[in-house]
Amino acid sequence: MTEQTKELAGCAAILEKHPGEGRDSLIPILQEIQENHGYLSEAAIVAVGKHLKLPTSKIYGVATFYNQFRFQPVGKYHIQVCRGTACHVLGSLSVLEHLEKEIKLKKGNTSKDGLFSIEVVACIGACGLAPVISINGEFHAKVSPERIKKIVNDLRRNHE
Amino acid sequence: MNIEVNNKIIQAQEGDTILDALKRNGMSVPTLCHMKDLFPSGACRMCVVEMEGSRNLVTACSYPATEGMKIKTHSDRVIHARKTIIELLLSNHPDDCLYCIRNNHCELQTLAAKHNITERRISGKKNDYKLDISSASIVRDPAKCILCGRCVRVCEEVEGVSAIDFSGRGNKTVIETAFRKGMNVSSCINCGQCITVCPTGALDEFAHFKEIHTAINDPKKRVVVQHAPSISITIAEEFGLAAGTNVIGVMNAALRKIGFDVVFDSSFTADLTIMEESAELIHRIQNGGVLPMFTSCCPGWVKYAEQAHPELLPNLSSCKSPQQMMGALIKGFYAEKEGIKPEDIYSVGIMPCTAKKFEAQREEMTHNGITDVDAVLTTRELAKLIRLYGIDIHSLQPELTDNPLGTRSSAGKLFGASGGVMEAAIRTAYFKLTGEEMIEYKVETIRQDKLRREMSLNVAGLDLNVAVVTTFLELERLLKDIKSGKSKAQFIEVMACPQGCISGGGQPIVPSPEAIKQRRMALYDIDDKSAIRASHQNPFIIQLYNEYLGEPLGEKSHHYLHTHYHERDVLL
Ligand code: SF4
Ligand code: SF4
Ligand code: SF4
Ligand code: FES
Ligand code: FES
Repeated sequence: MTEQTKELAGCAAILEKHPGEGRDSLIPILQEIQENHGYLSEAAIVAVGKHLKLPTSKIYGVATFYNQFRFQPVGKYHIQVCRGTACHVLGSLSVLEHLEKEIKLKKGNTSKDGLFSIEVVACIGACGLAPVISINGEFHAKVSPERIKKIVNDLRRNHE
Repeated sequence: MNIEVNNKIIQAQEGDTILDALKRNGMSVPTLCHMKDLFPSGACRMCVVEMEGSRNLVTACSYPATEGMKIKTHSDRVIHARKTIIELLLSNHPDDCLYCIRNNHCELQTLAAKHNITERRISGKKNDYKLDISSASIVRDPAKCILCGRCVRVCEEVEGVSAIDFSGRGNKTVIETAFRKGMNVSSCINCGQCITVCPTGALDEFAHFKEIHTAINDPKKRVVVQHAPSISITIAEEFGLAAGTNVIGVMNAALRKIGFDVVFDSSFTADLTIMEESAELIHRIQNGGVLPMFTSCCPGWVKYAEQAHPELLPNLSSCKSPQQMMGALIKGFYAEKEGIKPEDIYSVGIMPCTAKKFEAQREEMTHNGITDVDAVLTTRELAKLIRLYGIDIHSLQPELTDNPLGTRSSAGKLFGASGGVMEAAIRTAYFKLTGEEMIEYKVETIRQDKLRREMSLNVAGLDLNVAVVTTFLELERLLKDIKSGKSKAQFIEVMACPQGCISGGGQPIVPSPEAIKQRRMALYDIDDKSAIRASHQNPFIIQLYNEYLGEPLGEKSHHYLHTHYHERDVLL
């Protein structure tokens, strides 16, 4: 099975659990698909639209309203940048900006080579370590713009 | 019921909003997101008023009028609130009114001027949204969008297409197609209704001015223009004339002044469409062909069918639209007759419709790699061109259109309004089946001002059930009724725009439904007063068949006037 047929089969199974048309079950369906597959692909949204009889523009509109939904698969290194209050006070914005510059990637996206993705999240409960980022679930404490450079370089080297 | 407005008592009716009551009494407050006949969304808060007993200002467009309520429409507080809203809208707006297509016709500009806003007090970060020029018809400039939502609502709640919607949130909110892809791969059917409701320059038609100028200035090119049935009426409004004024003569003169060499009338090929389409209908009925048959002259509808109902494509009449029949005749028949090469002709359509721009560039609309219609201008664009050339239409002498493709019956002219194709088709089908003319041409049922009209006729023992429908919201309801057997329609006229082409997306932008009614009445008036009221009586149509085409549905007709459509994959 190719990646896409696998994904669509998973999608069909989820849709089967939510019979009926209309918007009511839209969010739960999108959440399940994302949980299952990591992101919302175009094909998945088209399938949801057919099932619920909703235009894709509407589904896309709803999905982009919530920060939780992704429209690209996450990268090999999925970097979450905390923008909660504690991290903000200690400079998380500049961390994010440096990260974006270092990888040449805007938050919410995945790099073309599939290596990195950046996501902005609310407080991840590690305020003592602020400003904090998490890479594939592993926390990096008190990151500074200089540390960002090193972390990214290490990951790149790791990959090679 | 009585309500008190600015210390005076006025009358309101049960079910009125405050805004309705104000308008009923010749008053008003500014609005932005409000759209007549649609449920108020209360999103922009431009229409706020002060209401006694309420701490917050209320939105006049959605707040119901109640007995004894006391409101102030222009108190200091209200004016200040409105001013702030406008200032916020302007805070991140690109400052390029001078270069904007809506300069002098922009509601935001007018509101700012009315509220005497002369300096930038609030500065916001400008966004860097890119133009979307992927569509052959519609250009979107999200940087100029003020998020009033009117385009989204007209697309969904009037047209039934939903190609665009709000996406993102907060200050990242933007009107988008699905996946932020270009309009060209969206479900947009190019009707342009969103342009006509947009208060700013965020939506516009795709312009072809440059190519037209080049062609006009090229001595080797013969530049031929055709104008659609409704243009001679609607363009009047662009020049300050009353809605419904027919200016065909001076429009012809203006077109020649601009430099068009030959002026033809798409109403002539509307007559031709009727000849072919009525023959096709009778053929289908008598030979067990695919029914119901749908008209195919609205390119918005054709695209909708291709993407949303490919199963209905065999039901679409194979006739091209009048624009494309004319295009094919100009570079075929006319070129031959004049002894010029088709590639030396530049063919321009003046259309009420942005979807006609899309239609003109379709692959089906070419012969030997040469496009039949090279460029399309909307009514609005023709008005711009006339102004650009400094032509004063008020001082021109009327001129006639050119023959052999410029004389019409009034049946062809009726194509400009929803129901017109049907009335014209009935006149000719009746004649073909009975050999006699109808005693009364006018079919009142078809002229009703509703989204759907159905009726059955008995012609020479043949029962004919017909339906006329506009917008896809209503079309979907009709299709359901056909499936359930509730509707027995065999011949269905479909137009995308609510009242047909007189309310097309390329027409002058009028906020008043009254103007659209006047446009329609003008077409009926022309019909009442015409000597030739049926397509088959048009002497130039008869001559064209005698000299060139032979028979309706004949071999030449098939080559030039008919086509087939294919399923289209878009993001529905
Ligand atoms: S042109 Fe018509 S279909 Fe396309 S977005 Fe505008 S209103 Fe919708
Ligand atoms: S594009 Fe125009 S009509 Fe649509 S939301 Fe923006 S300003 Fe309003
Ligand atoms: S109804 Fe007329 S103006 Fe509207 S999309 Fe169809 S052809 Fe164009
Ligand atoms: S604010 Fe960043 S971890 Fe709590
Ligand atoms: S016009 Fe009333 S809220 Fe927008």
